[in-house]
Parts: sequence; structure tokens; C-alpha cells
Amino acid sequence: MAQTRGLQVTDLTVQIGGLKAVSGLNLELYPGELVGLIGPNGAGKTTVFNALTGFCAPCAGRVVFDTKDLTNKPPHVVAKHRLARTFQNIRLFKELSVLDNLKIAYHSNFKYSILSGILRSGQYHSQEKKANEFALEILELVGLADRAQDQAGTLSYGGQRKLEIARALVMKPKLLLLDEPAAGMNPFETAELVDLIYKVKKDFDLTVFLIEHDMDLVMNVCERLYVLDYGVLIGQGSVQEVRTNHKVIQAYLGEELLCQS
Amino acid sequence: MEWYALLIQQVINGLALGSVYSLIALGYTMVYGIIKLINFAHGEIYMLGAYFGFYAITVWKLHLAPALIISMALASLLGIVLERIAYKPLRNAPRIAALITAIGASLFLQSAAQFTFGANFKPFPQVIPFKRIALGPAYITNRQLIMFGVALILMVVLHIIVQYTRVGRAMRAVSLDKEAAMLMGINVDRIISFTFALGSSLAAAGGILVGMYYNRIDPYMGMMPGLKGFTAAVLGGIGVIPGAVIGGLIMGTAENLVVAFGSSTFRDAVAFAILILVLLLKPGGLLGKSENEKV
Repeated sequence: MAQTRGLQVTDLTVQIGGLKAVSGLNLELYPGELVGLIGPNGAGKTTVFNALTGFCAPCAGRVVFDTKDLTNKPPHVVAKHRLARTFQNIRLFKELSVLDNLKIAYHSNFKYSILSGILRSGQYHSQEKKANEFALEILELVGLADRAQDQAGTLSYGGQRKLEIARALVMKPKLLLLDEPAAGMNPFETAELVDLIYKVKKDFDLTVFLIEHDMDLVMNVCERLYVLDYGVLIGQGSVQEVRTNHKVIQAYLGEELLCQS
Repeated sequence: MEWYALLIQQVINGLALGSVYSLIALGYTMVYGIIKLINFAHGEIYMLGAYFGFYAITVWKLHLAPALIISMALASLLGIVLERIAYKPLRNAPRIAALITAIGASLFLQSAAQFTFGANFKPFPQVIPFKRIALGPAYITNRQLIMFGVALILMVVLHIIVQYTRVGRAMRAVSLDKEAAMLMGINVDRIISFTFALGSSLAAAGGILVGMYYNRIDPYMGMMPGLKGFTAAVLGGIGVIPGAVIGGLIMGTAENLVVAFGSSTFRDAVAFAILILVLLLKPGGLLGKSENEKV
């Protein structure tokens, strides 16, 4: 197979206990795409994200990103290959400041030694300053700059979602995995989120892979969709193709409804 | 001696000894903060730190400061090895398994030290000539000053590391959410190793300071200070770094006051009385978070 600079997943199978959460999954993301991953509850969508980011080891298959094999690599190594994600249930460092949350994501970019950290050398100051500036720039982008010194846990729900995206952006990702970014948001916040996704995708030249249950959002923003049910890919293609896909309608609405219509 | 002079004197003695309890408590509290483990072998690291210092001074003829640094470095290494061998394989095991392992590691190190260094106590070399400085109606010895000063410097350095450096930020991130930290590109194994190294080096410094203070070291010297350091950590709020410092100072002072105004029989009992009181009245500790344990 020709190797592109995007994401290639071949024959990915993840077993959790006796359950095959994902089986034989093939998918490919090209650089700059915005692709959705949808499916009914428990279809294995988050498991796919977990396997991509090294949280659970696949029992078969390969994950290649940007021509590098990331199969079975631990999460901190995956992160260094500039693949970042957000979580379905927000996982910020709630007791730390908004700014510190971002600077933690900047971790791999710091080069100063522990000694120059203790002695506050010029190297320490210049790097910390750079990190601060970069973090503030990103906060500006997501509209949280005025909250930089507040504890992350004090942000509103929508604010915390934005901060999670901001934190992922600090890692200068090439591929951003968003796990239900609109969950629990009101329509106004969702609209804001859509704008934000477009904006960061353009500004950072990102490829975005998105899990979402909000079908309006999915149909509006995604260029292409993959549909998962019981860990198996049951449909893929453009929004229109997926909409009219017989198997997809069946998975979402059930057999009976389909017969009636 | 007037009663108030005695009081001041005992508070001085207490703060000097308490600063060492603080150093030990910091190791307990940092390790707990990161991997939720009470490292009961911590007192033995303190003991071995004192032995490393002893040999650095007697065999290599070093002065106190280089001996202190060498001992801290060796203890760091020991802490990392201990974590790798004893605790890392149990990272995902029930917490009680790791706790029992910690007690086992403690006994192992104690026996290993007895086997290697002999069970008898060794006189700690007198590198610093004894001096007494008048302080109002009371006195402070130069050794107490060194003890307090070294402890204070180490605490300030620790504070800078934890609050202002990249590795400290990573430590705080790991203690709040390991998995999210991994995703930020933080090598969690390395941060855990670093935490053990940091905690162990503080304990080793404490071991040398106390060896110098009491002029003697033995393979069992880590047991009581270990338990007292643990109590100090719980008193301040386990997992909270400033809490460990305050807890240690309170423990040291309480111990000395009980000896002076009560009876020296209760010297060690006071630690456990405090532990029981804390667990009854404020289980989270003085600076601890009142929230329930995460499950």
C-alpha cells in the first residue's frame, strides 16, 4: 500500500475481555480532511480512539500515521508524533490553572535541564516565556485568554471543552481526534464549537477525526463519514452516501421501522 | 531553668528535629500523591542514606557537604531501583498488594543493612565541632542550625522544582490524571522514577542530619522516624506538599514538649496519639482536601 502522510488503519482488532470491541477495521484519513466516526452507543468508537492513541493495545492490525508505525506505542510516544485527542468525559487537570494545563501539553518542547530550572537560568526563562506566549496565543484563539490564571475546574462546561481542544492544540498536532466535543452543549455553544473547529483546522493545517452523536453537527461539518456498529464498519463515504446506506439506517433505526417505511 | 526558657529551648529543639521529620514526610507525601502508595520502605532509605553518609565521611574522608550530596545521589538511585523492582510490577494491582510489598521491602532493606553493616550502632563521625549559641534565655547548637538550614534549603529547592519547572508540572499533572498526562507526551514511568528519586534524596539528607545530631546510626534507626514522617504527612494532609512540612514541624515540637513537660516515656507515643487524633477529627489532615476519595 502506498504510504501517505495521513492516517492509515489496517485490519484493526481490539479485544476487551471476551468482547471484540473493534474487529477488522480499515480506515484512511488524508491530510487536511475532516472526517466523522459515527455509530450507535457501544459501537466501539471511543475504543478506536483509544487504540489509535495507545491506550489499549490492539490484538491485530496496524496503525500508521505520517508514514510512521504507531501500533502498540505507549500514549506518550504517540503524543510526540503529533497526534492529539480530547475526551468524551472532559479530562482536564481541574485543580491547575488554565495556563498550566496548556503548559503541561507543551512538556515535550521544553529542553532545559532540572538544574537550570532550579537556578532559573536564562535558558529556563526564555523557554518558559516562549511557552507562556504560545499558550496565551492559543487561549486567545479559543476565547479563554482572560481566564488564563483561573483554575480549570471553575470554567463553564463549554469553556472546559474549549480548553481541552486548546490543550490538544498546544501539542501542535497534525491529527486531532475529538471525542464527542458537542456532548452536553446547548445549541448556541455547539454553533460556537463548529466555528472553532473550522478555525483551528484552517489555522493549524489539521486533519480532524471526530466522534459525535449530534447528527446536525456531523452532517454539517464532516466531509466524509465512517459508520461503526458492534465494532464492525458498516458504512463509509460522503454524508449523502451514508444517509442512504441501508445498513446504517438499519443500525440506527432498527429492522422493524425500516420495513414499515 | 525558668519554665519559659525551657519552653523556648524545647521549641528550638523541636523545630530542628521536626525539620527532618518534614524532609521524610515530603517523600511519603510525594509518592502518595503520584501513585497512591504509602511507601513504608521510606524510613529504610533514610537509614541507608545515613550509612552512605557515614562511609563517605569515614572511608572517603569527605566533609559533610560532599558526603550529603553523594548520599542523596545514591539514595535517589536506590529509590528508583526499589520502585522498578518492588512497586512497578504492581502498578495495576489492588493497592493493598503494593502496601504489603512496601512493608516487605522495608523489612528486607533493614535486614540487608544489618547483614552488611552489622547490627551494632556506629558512632557518626564528628565532622562539625560542637558549638552553642545563646538565643535569648535558650541556646541553639550549630548542629541544630545546620539541620534546620539544610532542611530549609532542600524544601525551597523542592518547591521550585514542583511549582516552576517542567518536570514539576509533569509531576502535578500525573498526580491529577495519569492517562491525560500520558496524552500530553509525558512519560509517566519516568516521572514516577523521578518522584522516588526526589523523595529518597530528601530522606537520605534527613538520615545524615539526624546521624550527626544524635552521633549514632544503626540499621533500625529508620523505623521510628519513618513512622513519624508518615504521621507528619498524614497530619498535614497526605499528598499535600506544604502539609508535610507543617506536619513535620508540629510533630518535632510536640515530641520535645512532651518529653520536657511530661515524661520521656511518651516520646514516641505522642506521634501515634497525634495520628489517632487526626484520623478521628480531621482525616484529611490540616491542609488536606475534604473531598471523598476518588473511586
